[in-house]
Amino acid sequence: MTDPAQNIEGMLCPLPLPHSERIVLGHGSGGRMSYELISKVFFPLFDNPILMTGDDAGLITVLNQAGEHNPRLAVSTDSHVVSPLFFPGGDIGRLAICGTVNDISMLGATPLWLTAGFILEEGLEVDTLRKIVESMQSAAVEANIKIIAGDTKVVQYGKADGLYINTTGIGIIPTGVNISGTNARPGDAIIVSGTIGDHGIAVLAARGELNFQAEIKSDVAPLNGLIARMLDVTKEIHALRDPTRGGLATSLNEIALQSNVGIMIYEETIPIRPSVEAACEMLGFDALYVANEGKLIAIVENKFADKVLAAMKDHPLGTDAAIIGTIAERPGPHVMLKTTFGTTRMIDMMSGEMLPRIC
Amino acid sequence: MKYLNEYRDSNLVLGMIDEITRTIRQKWVIMEICGGQTHSIMKYGLDQLLPESIELVHGPGCPVCVTSLEMIDKALAIASQPEVIFTSYGDMLRVPGSQGDLFSVRASGNDVRVVYSSLDAIKIAQDNPDKKIVFFAIGFETTAPANAMSVLQAQKLGLNNFSLLVSQVRVPPAMHAILGSPNNRIQGFLAAGHVCTVMGYWEYVPIAQKYKIPIVVTGFEPVDILQGLLFAIRELEENKIDVENAYSRVVNYEGNQAAQKIIERVFEECDQKWRGIGNIPKSGWRLKTEFNGYNAEEQFQVSEITPIESQLCISGEILQGLIKPVDCPAFANQCTPEHPLGATMVSSEGACAAYYRYGRNL
Repeated sequence: MTDPAQNIEGMLCPLPLPHSERIVLGHGSGGRMSYELISKVFFPLFDNPILMTGDDAGLITVLNQAGEHNPRLAVSTDSHVVSPLFFPGGDIGRLAICGTVNDISMLGATPLWLTAGFILEEGLEVDTLRKIVESMQSAAVEANIKIIAGDTKVVQYGKADGLYINTTGIGIIPTGVNISGTNARPGDAIIVSGTIGDHGIAVLAARGELNFQAEIKSDVAPLNGLIARMLDVTKEIHALRDPTRGGLATSLNEIALQSNVGIMIYEETIPIRPSVEAACEMLGFDALYVANEGKLIAIVENKFADKVLAAMKDHPLGTDAAIIGTIAERPGPHVMLKTTFGTTRMIDMMSGEMLPRIC
Repeated sequence: MKYLNEYRDSNLVLGMIDEITRTIRQKWVIMEICGGQTHSIMKYGLDQLLPESIELVHGPGCPVCVTSLEMIDKALAIASQPEVIFTSYGDMLRVPGSQGDLFSVRASGNDVRVVYSSLDAIKIAQDNPDKKIVFFAIGFETTAPANAMSVLQAQKLGLNNFSLLVSQVRVPPAMHAILGSPNNRIQGFLAAGHVCTVMGYWEYVPIAQKYKIPIVVTGFEPVDILQGLLFAIRELEENKIDVENAYSRVVNYEGNQAAQKIIERVFEECDQKWRGIGNIPKSGWRLKTEFNGYNAEEQFQVSEITPIESQLCISGEILQGLIKPVDCPAFANQCTPEHPLGATMVSSEGACAAYYRYGRNL
């Protein structure tokens, strides 16, 4: 046998792959690739101060007869593409209502009206569509909003995954409420409204591709009721975000970037359902990056944190709420996690698509 | 989670750190072979707790990182054929070949699917008799039994539309290559627990004897890793060189013999090129010729591929533990997980990716 050491070549490397020429699924993951796509393609051309704030919804004002900018409105739009259309705990219809209601609510607005655009695939059963629309209506009642306009288009068989739904919503921001991802300040407490990762793991299990079954329900729910309860306690809620695609880790990174602050979270305080944790362990996922559809992160003035937390725990959508960290003094933007051993690690945005590990 | 939390217990972890600190008297350089161990070390910040006299270097045990560029290029060529459903472990989709990656191939309209096991690919082959299903059989000894089993399963089911693109690698020859290198700095090894679950640890005895180096079979949780380190440091300090098992709840000396028999039945040893390291004799497995009907390289004409490697990345040195990811000038600048220059930044098990995810800005 020849000496293996003779064969060591040293420098070898592949070429970089920026994926800047063609869209890949990672661009829709809600993580860094999505962020880069938006920053490079959309922001430079649509550039305006409302959009560039980078919140879940745009804030616009109406100049009234008294010459005041009142009311202030929150407007947001969201397209919903999910496979399968029905999953434990919800369906694409409920998701389409809650997704937009929640985006508007993240500015502290009271959502009032939604529009709905449907892209239907040829061959979709009308019964299926009816079930989805019924689910939308029941979610609309739950969220106390009305669907006031709509649109329907049909595309050829094979051109859509059953149906896609876009919803756009409008809400009114109450006087004295000033919530934005840009408002996080050193010393603020970080609260999460409940267990993380439920939606992502429920949909993954329902998809059946990974031959993996779990009794996990999606958390998809409208959060405006919970937020109203929190605002009853104090208006000193500085930022809100619903950690959907990209999960808790990506949302915290967005806030760190928007407010240019450091964030420190504490591993043992983050609520995770044992079944979600087990599924993540098995598949090699990190629950911090798994999607939620009925959870929020609140950045709250520290002296009100306990009261806000107590109010959240009184609400059915906040029973597992917990304070998970603080906005740090150290300059940002970055997100750090303190482990149970007292060590520190960085929490990055999600990179591209979440992929299961090999072994 | 039961059977995991026990091995993440902070009192146990801090107690073991104390014991390591009391035991160590000199500087030692120890390599953890497996990328999974590298990630645990970085994720839990174990390196922040250990005494400075332990230098951990990160080994080549990331299957994605070491799969050769030629093989990735072959995968891209096969996956681009219209009659093919190309199936792969998820991580491989991100790895760049000379031109593009499997994500790009999928974005161009080809059928590329992530599966969790080679046996899922068998199911796809049964469900799609008019398509050719290729499974990208990469990995170390851990994936080899299931990958070999899929061939036997395909044979049993009489499937003629299923084949493997094989790039299997083995740990012991890589350890020989590292220890035999004139630049070697490694004084002790944490062997990869999952690999030893399949293969046992009899193969490591001659390596420990030849190079006079402790080798400790080690698991992946914080307590496991620290126990492996403690065993290795005790051996080094007491100068009692041996192969020890710090993962005895899973690993025994002989390993999983049924799994080893399946590997022997289907695969034979071959020389293998490792990305970033080069050719290592007898470090791979290929399909025996009797299984040519299931060999994608035989089924598709992909032999005339000349890969083009970039020269910026130093993943070769990183995979051999010669330098640390943060010492690379491209690290976190030109080279990030979104725009990887090297395989060690691509895979979730790669050393550069671990540093990027957990250790940047600390």
